[in-house]
Amino acid sequence: MTTTAPRPTRTVLSPPPAARPARSPRRIAFSHTLSRWDFKLSPYLYISPFFMLFAIVGLFPLVYTAWVSVHEWNLIGGQGDFVGFENFAFVLAQPQFWIALRNTFSIFLISAVPQVIAALLIAAVLDRNLRGKTFWRMGVLLPYVVAPVAVALIFSNMFGDQYGLINNMLGRLGLDPIGWHSEILPSHLAIATMVNFRWTGYTALILLAAMQAIPRDYYEAAMIDGAGIVRQFFSITIPQLRPTLIFVIVTSTIGGLQIFDEPRMYDQFGQGGASGQWMTITIYLYNLGWGQLNFGRAAAVAWLLFLIIVIVGLINLAITRSIASNDSPEKVLARSQRRAARKELAR
Amino acid sequence: MKISRRRSTAAAALAGATALTLIATGCASTGDADPAGSGSDGEITLTLATFNDFGYTDELLKQYEDENPGVTIVHNKAATSNDARDNFFTKLGAGSGLADVEAVEIDWFAEMMQYSDLLTDLSSDDVADRWVDWKTDAATDADGRLVAYGTDIGPEAVCYRSDLFEAAGLPTDRAEVAELLDGDWDRYFEVGQQYVDATGAAWFDSAGATYQGMINQVEFAYEQEDGTVIATENDEVKGIYEQVLEASATQSAHLGQWSDDWFAGLANGAFATMLCPGWMLGVISGNAPDVTGWDVANVFPGGGGNWGGSYLTVPAQGENTEAAAKFAAWLTAPEQQLAAFEAAGTFPSQVDAYESDTLLAATNPYFNDAPVGEILIERSQAIDVAPFKSVKYFPINDAMQKALTRVDSDKTHTIESSWEQFVADVSALG
Repeated sequence: MTTTAPRPTRTVLSPPPAARPARSPRRIAFSHTLSRWDFKLSPYLYISPFFMLFAIVGLFPLVYTAWVSVHEWNLIGGQGDFVGFENFAFVLAQPQFWIALRNTFSIFLISAVPQVIAALLIAAVLDRNLRGKTFWRMGVLLPYVVAPVAVALIFSNMFGDQYGLINNMLGRLGLDPIGWHSEILPSHLAIATMVNFRWTGYTALILLAAMQAIPRDYYEAAMIDGAGIVRQFFSITIPQLRPTLIFVIVTSTIGGLQIFDEPRMYDQFGQGGASGQWMTITIYLYNLGWGQLNFGRAAAVAWLLFLIIVIVGLINLAITRSIASNDSPEKVLARSQRRAARKELAR
Repeated sequence: MKISRRRSTAAAALAGATALTLIATGCASTGDADPAGSGSDGEITLTLATFNDFGYTDELLKQYEDENPGVTIVHNKAATSNDARDNFFTKLGAGSGLADVEAVEIDWFAEMMQYSDLLTDLSSDDVADRWVDWKTDAATDADGRLVAYGTDIGPEAVCYRSDLFEAAGLPTDRAEVAELLDGDWDRYFEVGQQYVDATGAAWFDSAGATYQGMINQVEFAYEQEDGTVIATENDEVKGIYEQVLEASATQSAHLGQWSDDWFAGLANGAFATMLCPGWMLGVISGNAPDVTGWDVANVFPGGGGNWGGSYLTVPAQGENTEAAAKFAAWLTAPEQQLAAFEAAGTFPSQVDAYESDTLLAATNPYFNDAPVGEILIERSQAIDVAPFKSVKYFPINDAMQKALTRVDSDKTHTIESSWEQFVADVSALG
């Protein structure tokens, strides 16, 4: 197909000119109008419950949090004086906020990057013809079923500083114990392990579903051309997964920046460590709002976190777009052509 | 703000306002099991909210229902005091959803007293002299309203491992141990150093727990009576901080209290002594059931001290505050508190209970048949200071505990640099 192709369908589709005058002009019935409204409005009506619900549980809290953040606000005492951006200024001047920001990004990177890579590999393996397919597929989802608190209990047993499983084993090997709860990086690693334990299987299943949707002909063609498994993986599987990968990366970014359960359950106090070793932004927010009962400052942190997520989300989008834009030019051409053909048909 | 597919808790915390609404609506149903509250024929349902184990058994509550026809009691238990605190303050702020009778722990009691006008005045002549003075004083607000009835207190003694004492060549009999440790904190750390020199093992569990025992003997630690924060300039606080950390360098097991390691250490003999409020006895026997060496001595360094203990309050937002007040008065009467002591070991704050045979004769087989009733009564009589705890006490003490942890368990800071961090943390509370 080329753009210069003639339009042979026109003459075929147009009704014979002679037939037109024979029809008398008809008044449009009300039922017709209704059905036109139905046609135009129904789709919006059908999707409106989500947006109404979103307005109540998403948009309203967002706006309300902004309102709280510019006031002095006690959890119990309620609204105080209007203070403008004082809460924001205070929070931004706190070293604790920046520590929390560092921890959040560090834990996010340590958990998200290996998680997506591992999930991709697991999904690729599950995509092969294995015996007992369902067993393996359900198996990777098992950790997801375990409650986060139970995960935290199991892992805190492993990551104990003095009597933990891992440090005991290191001791047997004659190595120094690792300060899982006192040093910064080990604590991030431990928390990232909990996150990955829970989410890798879930991500793998999403990627597996996308992999199954890839037409098998591509692989057959590649095989005939002599491409090995690795080449097939990088040249067919990954490019075909692009939209799903974007989804997975965006959702894991949002989730990763809001990480709360795991660091909160990591020690007995749930405040992110004595010098904030693993205090994430959400933990800092919780400490301000529920520990110090200062809702105004907590709301300011909530808004800062929201802005950070938006910025990171935009960066994400830009990166994934630039990867996605190396689509083959023929494909783009074909699409526009298809659209043109459809228009012709409608005429 | 997108509600992400995962970590709904985080999302809830992020949208502070949402969380508030969700908690308020989501839990309101547990607050009033009978939405009508009071029926036409005088039928009422009273809800009671406690945490951990107050020792209020179903039989005890049934007894009240039998004595008061038409009253049904619904008892809700939160797992920890922290859960109860979050729940209490959230719903107190929301103005609805609290139980008719709410239990409050002493740690966050001062915070609650700021909002004493949201609670029912419970003062009456019947209960005027029911509790030890300092328990009643703490629950009386500036306007002279008594807003909470005391349940238990935590008189402190010293728990020790008699088997480890024997191995170190120290006396093992609890009367001799009491004599050995009799004196101030210097004496406690001095004996500790002897023990460490003899065995190379740790003397006490953690700097934080030991500090808690010491600071509970200071009347004005962090705040003056007018609420001025003096924590960072108070030489007494800094002195205790330095004393406990200097001793910790050699004598502490470096276990953060309530951590998994700490519980493990409790069972495997990582340390020889620990400070023991009455309710701690249950914690030890519950978490180290196979250890036979634990014993308790009738002594406490630097005199007496109180750690923990709770109150019952009647929030004014309830529908049946009068009936609830009557119920709370009944629950905190000496007879009922003694029943609770037998069930859960919560030591009474009621003066009359101290003459009861039940308490005097109480022994604990786990602690080598120690006469715990008698010991705790004597320990409670030794309490001569009621620490002044105002609004900022809880967050400042929290910052202090972190400062101690940084040096004792984390070992990331020196005594001096951790103190500087503490000063910064306190000023950030502003």
